[in-house]
Amino acid sequence: MKLCEMTAYELSAALAERRVSAVEVVKAVFERIDAWEEELRCYITLDREGALAAAREVDAERAKGAKGTKGAKEANSRPLAGIPVAVKDNLSTRGLPTTCGSRHLQHYIPPYDATVIEKIRAAGMIVIGKTNMDEFAMGSSTETSGFYPTRNPWDTARIPGGSSGGSAAAVAAGEAVLALGSDTGGSIRQPAAFCGVVGLKPTYGLVSRYGLGAYGSSFDQVGPLARDVRDTAMLLQVLAGYDPLDSTSIHREVPDYLAALGGDVRGLVVGLPQEYFSPGIDSGVRAAVLAAVKVLEEGGAIIKEVSLPHTEYALAAFYLIAPSECSSNLARFDGIRYGYRAAGAPDTVTMFCRSRAESFGPEVKRRIMLGTYALSSGYYDAYYLKAQRVRTLVKQDFDKAFAECQVLVTPTTPTTAFRLGEKINDPLAMYMTDICTIPVNMAALPAISVPCGLVGGLPVGLQLIAPVLQEELLLRTAYYYEQAAAPLSHCPKPEPKPEPKPSSEVSK
Amino acid sequence: MGAITRRQVEHVARLARLELTEEEIDLFTTQLGDILKWVDKLQELDTTDVEPTAHTIPLRNVMRKDEVKPSWPKEEILKNASDEHNGFFRVPRILEEE
Repeated sequence: MKLCEMTAYELSAALAERRVSAVEVVKAVFERIDAWEEELRCYITLDREGALAAAREVDAERAKGAKGTKGAKEANSRPLAGIPVAVKDNLSTRGLPTTCGSRHLQHYIPPYDATVIEKIRAAGMIVIGKTNMDEFAMGSSTETSGFYPTRNPWDTARIPGGSSGGSAAAVAAGEAVLALGSDTGGSIRQPAAFCGVVGLKPTYGLVSRYGLGAYGSSFDQVGPLARDVRDTAMLLQVLAGYDPLDSTSIHREVPDYLAALGGDVRGLVVGLPQEYFSPGIDSGVRAAVLAAVKVLEEGGAIIKEVSLPHTEYALAAFYLIAPSECSSNLARFDGIRYGYRAAGAPDTVTMFCRSRAESFGPEVKRRIMLGTYALSSGYYDAYYLKAQRVRTLVKQDFDKAFAECQVLVTPTTPTTAFRLGEKINDPLAMYMTDICTIPVNMAALPAISVPCGLVGGLPVGLQLIAPVLQEELLLRTAYYYEQAAAPLSHCPKPEPKPEPKPSSEVSK
Repeated sequence: MGAITRRQVEHVARLARLELTEEEIDLFTTQLGDILKWVDKLQELDTTDVEPTAHTIPLRNVMRKDEVKPSWPKEEILKNASDEHNGFFRVPRILEEE
């Protein structure tokens, strides 16, 4: 197996025993990037030089440590040192362009690191580059990116999902070992499902939002994408924790997520919300998810039907609240302190209006418009406030369900990955693709998407949802399933490049 | 509730500081109308006695000590500005001439 296809856990052991160097791992990842990136376009910015320099540093430290007793300690305290990670381009990276997938920020170079970036750097992880995404994370296919769409490594005629599509595709394709994404309404879990990788949206407040480009601030969470559940736990360990720079950060000791793995599911009460198995869910997806449920049941879990009656209203409420928050958050893009400025405007207000109009794409404009309308005088009560009341009902649904069961199991998405261009001109059809993930954000819950097999050659995601701050339970259940089912037998690989043809004259 | 008029779209665009083209105004009048019709299903729900939720996790206000700390270097901040002059951001005229 190629280095770029190994898990972080395997690479961590190989690095600790010095069977392989961080430089070799980084080079292997860039070799895969050179072979496939032109077609997939997972990244907006690559940092080859920076990554190699950071890898050399990790190797030098390890070599120094190996002479004393420090080496072993170092390996324990920084298990992910030397592991390549892809970073979604809405996370602020000092000195490295951070575009949020928008033309507006094409030339913006942040003066600071997001808290999660400080954390991954302190952990010795190697930033490979910044991944493509829907513009300001508004989209479900990575097609609203201001630059280009990303393609799904399982079928390059299809989208990778979104908005963290570049991150999910990079992990699936071996163009990174781990990745950071952000999830406002499913933007980690949905692309993870479409690309056959694991993606976790933490409890709101578990991971710092400082330095994350704000979209829907009461929903946004940063989280890990990885090839398996163990890697997901390892990366979550690095990301989680209180941050005084984020006023919504939860003050609480971070548990040992890796230690939470193992054990069985005997006696675990698993709830199946009937609304998530409606006829609107593709029959192949439903069958794959129910087969996964069977695996849990055979492991001794107790399966129980539950109901989340306000599910169909959650999506509508979300598409009022999130655009409202976005219209307020994106007011900062005025073309003055940073970002795109239209030339030749006669006055400041015209300059604002043109700078924004010329540099934002249609989906971002649409959501700003929708949010501005929902918050405007005369409509606030009917739209925004109404949606916030419905949000309460959605949360109460989950409270009631969790009185009857410990974990909820649903499909992550109603279908497998769709084709490029299939939904981009129909906003409502695109919004519907997040129907299974959005209610989770409405209630601030943690949820994970784990691959549960292929339908028509495309990955299906199994979503597990747990009560607030129950990431350990989530990871343990997901890990049990993954070990018991081994859901994906292979990973996507680039088509081998045609061999250079030997000249016929020479051989004969 | 439901449909939105072209004039309303123009008004909202002004509020949102977006200079839209005629085609965009037409498109958004249709698309926002469709979306608003769809979200109108929320009106089916009786929420008279339901409190609105802004944040699902209970929050406490975070206070910090009022300490003087170095900020980011001015040069680095100005590097991202599209127009600057003598260490300031430069903008088009704001006040009308007499």
